[in-house]
Amino acid sequence: MTVFIIRRLMQAMIVVFLMSLIVFFGVNVIGNPVDMLINPEADQAEIERTIRALGLDKPIAEQYLFFLKGIAQGDFGKSFIFGEPALKLILQHLPATIELALVSLLMAVVLGIPLGLYAGLFPEQGISRTIMASSILGFSLPTFWVGLMLIMGFSVYLGWLPSTGRGETAVFLGIESSLWTWNGLSHLLLPALNLALTNIGLVIRLSRAGVREAMHQEYIKFARAKGLPTHRIIGVHLMKNIMIPIVTVLGLEFGNLLAFSVVTETIFAWPGMGKLLIDSLLQLDRPVVVAYLMIIVLLFVAINLLVDIVYSILDPRVRLRDQGA
Amino acid sequence: MTDQSLNPEDNTAAQAVLVETPFQRFVSEYADNKIAVVSLVVLVAIVVLAILAPWITPQNPYDLAQVSIMDAAQPPGTEAFDGYTMWLGSDGAGRDLYSAILYGIRISLMVGLASGLIALIIGTAIGLVAAYAGGRVDTLIMRAVDLQLSFPAALIALMLVAALGRGIDKIIIALVVAQWAYYARTVRATALVESAKEYVEAARCLGLSHGRVIFKHVLPNCLAPLIVIGTVQTASAIALESTLSFLGVGLRQTEPSLGVLISSGREYIISGRYWISIFPGIALLLTIVSINLVGDQLRDVLNPRLKK
Amino acid sequence: MNRTVKTRALATVAVVALSTPLLAEDLTIGLASEPTSMDPHFHNLTPNNAMSRHIYDTLIRQDETQGLNPGLAVEWKPVDELTWEFKLREGVTYHDGSAFDADDVLCSFVRAPDVPNSPSSFASMTKGKTLKKIDDFTIHITTEAPYPLMANDVSNVPIVSSESGCDATTAAYNSGEASVGTGPFTFVSYKPGDSIVLASNPNYWGDVSPWSTVTFKPIKSGPARVAALLAGDVDVINSVPTTDIATLEGREDVGLSQGTSNRVIYLHLDHGRADSPFVKANGGGDIDNPLRKLEVRTAISKAIHRDAIVERVMEGVAIKAGQLLPNGFFGVSDQLQPVEYDPNGAKELLAAAGVPDGFELTIHGPNDRYINDAKIAEAIGQMLTRVGIKTSVETMPRSVYFQRASRGGPEGGPEFSFILVGWGSGTGEASSPLRSLIGTHDPDKGWGASNRGRYSNPEVDALIAEALQTVDSAAREKLLAQATELAIADAAIIPLHYQVNTWGVRKGFAYAPRTDEYTLATGVTKE
Repeated sequence: MTVFIIRRLMQAMIVVFLMSLIVFFGVNVIGNPVDMLINPEADQAEIERTIRALGLDKPIAEQYLFFLKGIAQGDFGKSFIFGEPALKLILQHLPATIELALVSLLMAVVLGIPLGLYAGLFPEQGISRTIMASSILGFSLPTFWVGLMLIMGFSVYLGWLPSTGRGETAVFLGIESSLWTWNGLSHLLLPALNLALTNIGLVIRLSRAGVREAMHQEYIKFARAKGLPTHRIIGVHLMKNIMIPIVTVLGLEFGNLLAFSVVTETIFAWPGMGKLLIDSLLQLDRPVVVAYLMIIVLLFVAINLLVDIVYSILDPRVRLRDQGA
Repeated sequence: MTDQSLNPEDNTAAQAVLVETPFQRFVSEYADNKIAVVSLVVLVAIVVLAILAPWITPQNPYDLAQVSIMDAAQPPGTEAFDGYTMWLGSDGAGRDLYSAILYGIRISLMVGLASGLIALIIGTAIGLVAAYAGGRVDTLIMRAVDLQLSFPAALIALMLVAALGRGIDKIIIALVVAQWAYYARTVRATALVESAKEYVEAARCLGLSHGRVIFKHVLPNCLAPLIVIGTVQTASAIALESTLSFLGVGLRQTEPSLGVLISSGREYIISGRYWISIFPGIALLLTIVSINLVGDQLRDVLNPRLKK
Repeated sequence: MNRTVKTRALATVAVVALSTPLLAEDLTIGLASEPTSMDPHFHNLTPNNAMSRHIYDTLIRQDETQGLNPGLAVEWKPVDELTWEFKLREGVTYHDGSAFDADDVLCSFVRAPDVPNSPSSFASMTKGKTLKKIDDFTIHITTEAPYPLMANDVSNVPIVSSESGCDATTAAYNSGEASVGTGPFTFVSYKPGDSIVLASNPNYWGDVSPWSTVTFKPIKSGPARVAALLAGDVDVINSVPTTDIATLEGREDVGLSQGTSNRVIYLHLDHGRADSPFVKANGGGDIDNPLRKLEVRTAISKAIHRDAIVERVMEGVAIKAGQLLPNGFFGVSDQLQPVEYDPNGAKELLAAAGVPDGFELTIHGPNDRYINDAKIAEAIGQMLTRVGIKTSVETMPRSVYFQRASRGGPEGGPEFSFILVGWGSGTGEASSPLRSLIGTHDPDKGWGASNRGRYSNPEVDALIAEALQTVDSAAREKLLAQATELAIADAAIIPLHYQVNTWGVRKGFAYAPRTDEYTLATGVTKE
């Protein structure tokens, strides 16, 4: 077991190392951040001073070694633009993104499950067909375009909801969040819905499939025969059956959520990590881009490692196959 | 010699009889679903319009001599500086939107198909190697595939475009890298199943070369799942390209794809000039949805396991 | 009895004064670009400088049109050819209660050019100046050569406290610990990407701001900023997109405030290379760079329909340009008018220059730097193509553009042949664009840093050099105007238009527009 974990840890470290190479060199080949940062009136001497101050006068290999040394000490470098540690900047933007992701997951569940249940219980009805057709739309609609349409409809024409930014925050249970104020919630609604769209479609399909499958199974037939009330059958037995795949898939979808929050945050000017990434990309704030991508890499590698270890505990064959190879 | 020359003839003869019926069955099964038929018609129409674009549009939106700033941001139905009517209005640079959308679909389809095809070829090759080589090579390849699939494709593409810069070639490279693993995994799985079957064993015993076995027997069996994955991945490639362009890291503004057009329409939303982002959006939506619906039906028809 | 009435009256006044400001006198401003730090010396860039004007003072203030007024210095004058004397304001205190004196100025001028990791420092403002304390409220600044722009430079350097500010790190400023100035507002909080909150400084030496708290919210996207204003989330926004100006003008609940900026949008052409990479003969062959011929440059200028750009691209919100700075600025020429649109004249000039059928050209421009920049580049491409110069258009994000435009070519020179750029005069007078854009490129002298066309004309150089050493204003103004006339007659650059800055305000508010594009809470008034 220990050998297995050590092997996997080594593999994970190799992956992280390779990714750091790709990310660092990839991000460092385009453009020149100095021109982005410097005042246009600056003369040559000032430009050279800035290049030195940012450490860009050194050969790129040396910059990379310096960067690796920093990572080993938990230091991802300082933002060119803000002069603050990149990690600190990202962590400052993290709560807004998590807030958005959680609310959109919640929306996916709250809207998706009832619709999916309905479509599964009454598959032949027109409403159900409409639901299923819309779920395909949910997959296919380009997130960014829907975002624009939401703004156009709800903010510009109807004027019901604010179109951009995060609302007022308040502290409740020791957590600072915009969930605790009306203003905050009203700002959150559109971006969360926008982000949730794909997942609503996914949940509808999963829960419909779950219902279709379960309806033919013995225990449901038995419960029906026993004369249990319909709401009990649905509420207890069906839900149990469909929640497992939904929870699993949504867990896996978290990564995608993170990726697409980049789009949603850009459209709705939501001050989260995704917007920070795009802003940093466009302004060539390389340390922040590299730090963001490295954090994502570390996150995914860690998740994979955990999954592998859990699997190997549950199913020893995985471990054996690995040794055989 | 004689054996080898006989074999293929036998095959083709046998296929000629069979091909007729499965194809007809395929068509009739596909036609079962009305929505799928409509989507196919829409998709074909979109492709034809895109191919014919240079002959059926009043303007080449990429030729500056034909675009005039005097036509900028005009509403649908306005008469253009050069005399024709702009039925869908014009964008902020004075391009006729109808022309720009058809040319934009061309770019989208080209990016989607090119990246899908390249990813398919690379993914298939890698998948076959993994299936045949087995052992360490297989483990290594499958580790890479797992790793790749654990990252969202959108993030991978974003990372790559960040590193590579803008332009159509770079977008295609980014999309290929983001998608090859789907093909590789499918091909490997199918190839493993197929090569364990008796007829392949038999073919091998007959002394047929690996290449022959692969191309004659294994690959044709991979075709069905590859077509299904191919359609889905093409749609997602088109969506990804437009998303990247929208974020400002994709294609250039002067030769706009649909994503760029929509993005350029964003600044006109509040002033009520809705047409600049809505019409290209609808075109994009129709393209993606029709490909997805066709792919959905293909999966149902081609995948025997899903049949009731 | 009389006394009690008085006290009561006072008490009522106090209650009113206390209760209304809290409710009514809060101000929220939506900013297009966010300051990158609260450290006033960290990043010499418009958004940062505008923010620092709230918390800090400078010795000399720039007013709305960049005219110079007393700030922490009450008067300044040259005492000899090389020395300027500044008399400092007495009785000024910092937000923490400590007193302001000459030591603060001295250490601020030491800190300003030398902040660790600074992406763009204030060195150009402090360079070559030696400060000497004469007494607590008098300092002398000396230079090695006569320097008429002393007051302009000094007006750009924020003064921090020698006790809490001069040795502080950028992080300490961002946390608020070191953000202590003498300015009209005090630091409350700074959340990058989210908000900056300031409070009125009740002990300010000048006019105390009526805004008890001011919140700045960065809203980068144009439509988003406008939507926030319409929704009432913010009271004031800057950089209203030109596309939305007509819509906002038609509305009752918002108002606009517009002012010409000090920024000119212009074309730079390759004067330097005989073989320019983005100029080709028809069909793609090599050609002797025609941009070096005055006729061709003039033809390009005549082929451009400036009115169409102003009307259609800028939606009427720009002023067509004939020189480097709009009328009214120091050192502009009263002789120069925008070149008239004359496509036939342009074709004749091309024929006279020996290229009757034109040639192939690529225009490069940024797509996220100036108002509607990519669209302007496309319009130029269209117009030149119509007179026979087949022009293709390449726009790119500024992150890539400026590096290539300045240093992307072989031997670190400019890469492009024909570019769209803009220039805002930081000093508010003509020597800034003349020295940087027109003056012969010379890194040692600090001239021509943005001369991306490598224009070089000894006559113009001589006039600029003379102007830069002439302390007498009238004589200097004349020299600058002469240099401008020479350069424009030679089509050193081709000016297109001056940007007009637009601020949007909610009903009941007003903003005094500024040429330097700063958005200041002190400029917002309640009607």
